[in-house]
Amino acid sequence: MTEAMAPLVALRAAVALTGGFPVLAGVDLEVAPGETVVLEGPNGAGKTSVLRVCAGLLAVSSGVAEVLGRDLRRDRSGVRRQVGMLGHSAALYDDLTAVENARFCVRAAGGDPRRVDRALERLGVVGRLRDTPAARLSAGQRRRVELAAILARRPPLWLLDEAHAGLDSQAKAVLGDLVREAIATGTAVIASSHDPAGAFPFADRVVGLAGGRVVAVRPHVVPPPVVVPEPVMADAPARRDGVHVA
Amino acid sequence: MWRDSALVAGKDLRIELRSRVVLHQVAPVAVLVLLLFAFALGPDRATTVRAAAGVFWVAVLFATVLAVQRSFAVEASEGTRDGLRLAGLDPAGVFLGKAAAIAAELVVLEVLLAVGVVWLYGAHVRSVGPLVVAGAAGTVGLAAAGTLYGALAAGLRVRETLLPFLLLPVVAPVVVAGTRAWQAALGTGAGGAWDPWVVLLIVFAAVYLSIGVLLFGQLQESS
Repeated sequence: MTEAMAPLVALRAAVALTGGFPVLAGVDLEVAPGETVVLEGPNGAGKTSVLRVCAGLLAVSSGVAEVLGRDLRRDRSGVRRQVGMLGHSAALYDDLTAVENARFCVRAAGGDPRRVDRALERLGVVGRLRDTPAARLSAGQRRRVELAAILARRPPLWLLDEAHAGLDSQAKAVLGDLVREAIATGTAVIASSHDPAGAFPFADRVVGLAGGRVVAVRPHVVPPPVVVPEPVMADAPARRDGVHVA
Repeated sequence: MWRDSALVAGKDLRIELRSRVVLHQVAPVAVLVLLLFAFALGPDRATTVRAAAGVFWVAVLFATVLAVQRSFAVEASEGTRDGLRLAGLDPAGVFLGKAAAIAAELVVLEVLLAVGVVWLYGAHVRSVGPLVVAGAAGTVGLAAAGTLYGALAAGLRVRETLLPFLLLPVVAPVVVAGTRAWQAALGTGAGGAWDPWVVLLIVFAAVYLSIGVLLFGQLQESS
């Protein structure tokens, strides 16, 4: 790999423990700038743990773990401000409004809070929704606010844990567009999903995890759309050529 | 560090202004403590005046426990806890910001309680200076120690019951020194000087601020 293509994420035989239990038992994963990698696997396979390791939230006890050029075994906190993570649990304060939450998130990470309005607009958090306390937002709306904060922060690495959960079809389409735009600028995206075929059809690879290990790596192939034959109604009037019309 | 502390303090105070938990729940509890002690001490004015300073600081102590619990309850979900860590804020800044927000809430409560002490207990202020200096130093000490132990208990399942158990013995010097300094300022004590007690309060605050600035990051990581 050339210097210009140095991976943003490099995990080699990475082991991570939670309460003495190995949640990652020697994971190998490399992600280059502009790449989208989808992690798949059953519950407890280690998908979220891989994302948390990459975010610097979970310590690596052995192996190699370098993210954005930083050795996570020496310094985990340094990488945090440079990743945008969408986790299972919303990182929003219930009593703050959508716009206040997004602004706090962007300001805290050292980003430009002026980008927040545009990002919220892009995610459809407009009008009264902007000034609604997070406690009154639906799960999907909360996720949109979090995505807006990531978009406004513009981190070089996005870590999306079941990003489509709770999103309606419109928001899923917007998320797809945002990820496409981000990877076009060199951002790397690692996303976990129980439905890799439906999530990010443009992904470069699907990495299968089981028991805290990588068990399969395959190119992301989206199955062709299923063609549903036009239904034939029994009581439909028959045309002269003998073909029923629906 | 200062930018991060201002950001965190602003966020915590904004949350309090919206939720008004301290105003609607903590303040009534603190005032209830004053009332209950007033009933327990009886109608004898000499007794209530002598007890005024001690009751004030005990009420402040209970209010501190509740304010600290509230401050860490808003960060209790995994998402917000991770969000704060992912923001890459300086842990010392987070500590100072949370302590500053708790201190600001305590100041409001103390003003309310001071009025209550004067009104219910018949205390007369002889010297405002020691009262204010002791109040300020005690508040900073309580907020700093509270934030430190709040972070320590935050990651534990039994945090609601563990926090008072950990915090109350630790802040006993603040209650004792604050009471002695206020007794001197109210002229209800044994006639001792107030300044050694204020020095003790300042040292307590400085020690816990220093420990918090140095250790909060590790506590945040382990919670």
